[in-house]
Amino acid sequence: MSLQMPPLRRVHDDRGAKVTEFGGWEMPVEFDSIREEHQAVRENVGKFDVSHMGEIEVAGPDATQLMQRLTSNDVTALDVRDSQYAVIPDTDGVIIDDTVLYRLPDADGHRRYLFIPNAGNDEAMAERWRTHRDELGLEATVDNQTQEYAMFAIQGPNARSLAADVVDEPKAVGDLGRFEATDASIDGIECWIARTGYTGEDGLEVLAPWDEAEPIWAAFDCQPCGLGARDTLRLEAGFVLAGQDFDHESNPRTPYECGIGFTVKLDTEFVGRDALEQVKEEGIEEKLVGFRLVDRGIARHGYDILNGDGDPIGTVTSGTMSPTLEAAIGMGYVPVEYADEGTVVRIDVRGRNKKAKIETTPFIDTV
Amino acid sequence: MSFDTPDDRRYLESHEWALETDDGVKVGISDFAQDELGDVVFVELPDEGDSMTQEEAFGVIESIKAVSDLYAPISGTVTAVNEDLFDAPELVNEDPFGDGWMLEIDPDDESELEALLSAEAYSDQVA
Repeated sequence: MSLQMPPLRRVHDDRGAKVTEFGGWEMPVEFDSIREEHQAVRENVGKFDVSHMGEIEVAGPDATQLMQRLTSNDVTALDVRDSQYAVIPDTDGVIIDDTVLYRLPDADGHRRYLFIPNAGNDEAMAERWRTHRDELGLEATVDNQTQEYAMFAIQGPNARSLAADVVDEPKAVGDLGRFEATDASIDGIECWIARTGYTGEDGLEVLAPWDEAEPIWAAFDCQPCGLGARDTLRLEAGFVLAGQDFDHESNPRTPYECGIGFTVKLDTEFVGRDALEQVKEEGIEEKLVGFRLVDRGIARHGYDILNGDGDPIGTVTSGTMSPTLEAAIGMGYVPVEYADEGTVVRIDVRGRNKKAKIETTPFIDTV
Repeated sequence: MSFDTPDDRRYLESHEWALETDDGVKVGISDFAQDELGDVVFVELPDEGDSMTQEEAFGVIESIKAVSDLYAPISGTVTAVNEDLFDAPELVNEDPFGDGWMLEIDPDDESELEALLSAEAYSDQVA
């Protein structure tokens, strides 16, 4: 299968981006230097092309029921233009994907939602929605619009002031609360702008028409950032990454093990609810924790976490050198008895046992 | 994009360089390699007195995004290690052919260098 190209592939090439395969898409990983890009987001503002993320619109008389059935959070709590973070669990309560879902303005007297599955998961999720719709006899349309939207994340303490200079309705964007969205236009091009993001900083995510991606990207005149900086930023913020910190096939985890139990509303009816209620009652055996290396070295995805006797107790799921902290940080699963802050563990870094300490996430102060 | 490839030294296909000096053979990685790696944040090097064999791994270099092995351009004994890199690994990015050097080796057989790529041949490889 050939890789999918984001609408700005040529623009990124011209800007000298290095590209990588991610979720079946060819995406920019680095424009200038991960460190510079990371710093721009922490101190000022940076822009990411995240057009590889999926977009699926669900609408119709039973749209709410279908969304409620397949996601863990309570969609009935959403007003128009609100959004929430949720997971999509299987019947065992294991995470298939995590997602942000938006309630769009109603159409034809019915509710509409747009949800954002991870790269490469869009068609599988659209299929899952259609299958459940048909089995339950619900009336809802499920439209995979991934190829219709470009998506950009504008992130950093100055993201909203930059946006205010760019959008045609600065007040609408300036007044956005966390997880609120608005329709707004940029040079007359209609966009959906939400105060969301995945860097730990304040910021916005912009959904623009695929064919208008270029002027919208250009309108935000700030440091372009690649997936490399996105990874260091989200890890400092303690945010999990699908496919890395959990994976339905290779690393099946419940939201409670991942530390995102807040996305689970057990007073709603959804696929996996009963299993998750049982997990909550019985408690978890393993937990995703943060750690910081004391010894020199960097822990990477897949490295063993060891106890003081050198026995494997877990696995690193994410690890990097933190540009902000100038320290090697990471996350991984360990038995709960090792999960307390300050617990000393060891990481097997290519055959050398490096000392690390469990640390509460986020690793940095986030908004 | 074009990269510096000084012609006073020889290169490995795996992007290390070797420079003959009065004290032995100096070793580092190329401009192309440091650019591919991105921000270098960690190097793991052998100790003085360790011996190494041509084209075998002698250490590790890590950038924020990747881990790579380092390969010996020549067999011999390590006579000096650039300890500045332990505190300032970014020197590899800033000056890969100068302050970002890694080792100095007392070679077992200097003729081994002849098997390595010339600057021109290496430039063609990374072009």
